[in-house]
Amino acid sequence: MMRALRIIGVTMLILSLWHLLVVLTGLPAFILPSPARVGMALAGNLVLIAHHASVTMAEVMIGLLLGAVLGVMTAISLAQSPIARVVVRPMMVLSQALPVFALAPVLTLWLGYGLWPKIIMALLIIYFPVTSAFFDGLMQTPRGMLDQAKVMQARPWQIMRHIRIPAAIPALASGLRLAAVYAPIGAIIGEWVGASQGLGYLMLLANGRAKIDLMFAALIVLAVLTLLLHASVDRLCSYVVRRQQA
Amino acid sequence: MTGSKAKSAQAPHIGQGALISNSPALHFHGSAAIAGTFIFDPLDLDIAAGKWTCLLGASGVGKTTVLRLLAGLGDHIDHVGSIKTSDGQSFAGRISLMAQTDNLMPWLDVFDNIVIGSRLRGDAVDGDRAEKLIEQVGLTAHRHKKPNALSGGQRQRVALARTLMEGRPIVLLDEPFSALDAKIRAEMQELAARLFAGKTVCLITHDPGEAARLGDVIFVMNATGLHSVTPPSSPVIRPYDAPDVLACQGQLLRLLRETP
Repeated sequence: MMRALRIIGVTMLILSLWHLLVVLTGLPAFILPSPARVGMALAGNLVLIAHHASVTMAEVMIGLLLGAVLGVMTAISLAQSPIARVVVRPMMVLSQALPVFALAPVLTLWLGYGLWPKIIMALLIIYFPVTSAFFDGLMQTPRGMLDQAKVMQARPWQIMRHIRIPAAIPALASGLRLAAVYAPIGAIIGEWVGASQGLGYLMLLANGRAKIDLMFAALIVLAVLTLLLHASVDRLCSYVVRRQQA
Repeated sequence: MTGSKAKSAQAPHIGQGALISNSPALHFHGSAAIAGTFIFDPLDLDIAAGKWTCLLGASGVGKTTVLRLLAGLGDHIDHVGSIKTSDGQSFAGRISLMAQTDNLMPWLDVFDNIVIGSRLRGDAVDGDRAEKLIEQVGLTAHRHKKPNALSGGQRQRVALARTLMEGRPIVLLDEPFSALDAKIRAEMQELAARLFAGKTVCLITHDPGEAARLGDVIFVMNATGLHSVTPPSSPVIRPYDAPDVLACQGQLLRLLRETP
């Protein structure tokens, strides 16, 4: 209850400051529309925005899921195999030297204007944080647990399954929390480069047609959805970690 | 629970199968260094078959290094020497370890922590045996709790049951009771003495009282090497307040303090 009140309070504060800014500076509506205008644009285009938002969120969710699965698998194989560490790790680090955004036009060229280039952008953006957070967790299994396993003559894969992976779940959770914030960035970049649907596409379209209030409406919906996604992933991760250890 | 060894031997204990009847003696010989830093001079340590051998020493004299070498955890230790069993068979698969930190998995409940060894080897889990062990260490009511919901003493009981579940003839104890309060520590010593009866036990400790209570054989380890001390004549586990136990405790403490 307190939480809900706080969120409403902060939202009201931001809207008031925004309104105040528009009134005081007298900025024209094509530079910064007032919250009321944006609200009206939002209400007037609800179906349109909802459609584009659903496309973007589908890209984000699928990208998040695939990126997380791929990141988890990579981290496990890196942690399990020293050879993989020698071969794959430098490649991964090197790949980070390349700005992922720069790949967006290439992906659009290869995969067209549909969902996939955006999903892959979201995937690429979260792949590294997820892999690296989970890998670090897998490499930091408490020494004593591993000693115990060694004396018990454990098999390497069983150690991974019964000790290292469960012990690294909190680390994976922090990687996923980051990923939930990053994934929409990838999808939007993908949409900017070439799309026929999605909030990023809608923003460019509205901008081109001088419907600045609609552009802001799309931006705000995107921000709210990203926050919701982050909050859900955060809740889910906290729940899983708490459940795991109590 | 001041059961003597003779008394406890009559009660049937889980983990005392055919494996235990041939608990071997161990002989450790050699010196050790870690990353070029010298830990101890060549020494000879005899661990008696089917008895409690206590290795008493101050922090930093290398007693844990000896134990790690015995446990096969000495990959990073340069050990010049040998470790032999009296029956000539290899160590592998005949040792279990109980450390000062209980090393329980926080995500597993009491039962699953106790059977972790089988799971880690990919073996079938003997659930009946685990249930009986849970009963023997007095944790039946806590069977489904996770470690974070248990007290320090209860956690070490889980670790004790896990050690017994392994059913190994040789048990290495690395100060397993040192983090417990005095009352719980005394209880745990008694429980361990009863349940490990018949196994070859090597206990590392820095507590003279613990060595005097539990040692069939007692060694003091210090910078000058290993010194054998005659234990009290009564059988383990000894009452903590018997005059000969107290005298032995005093003698051990003196030895610890006199030598650098």
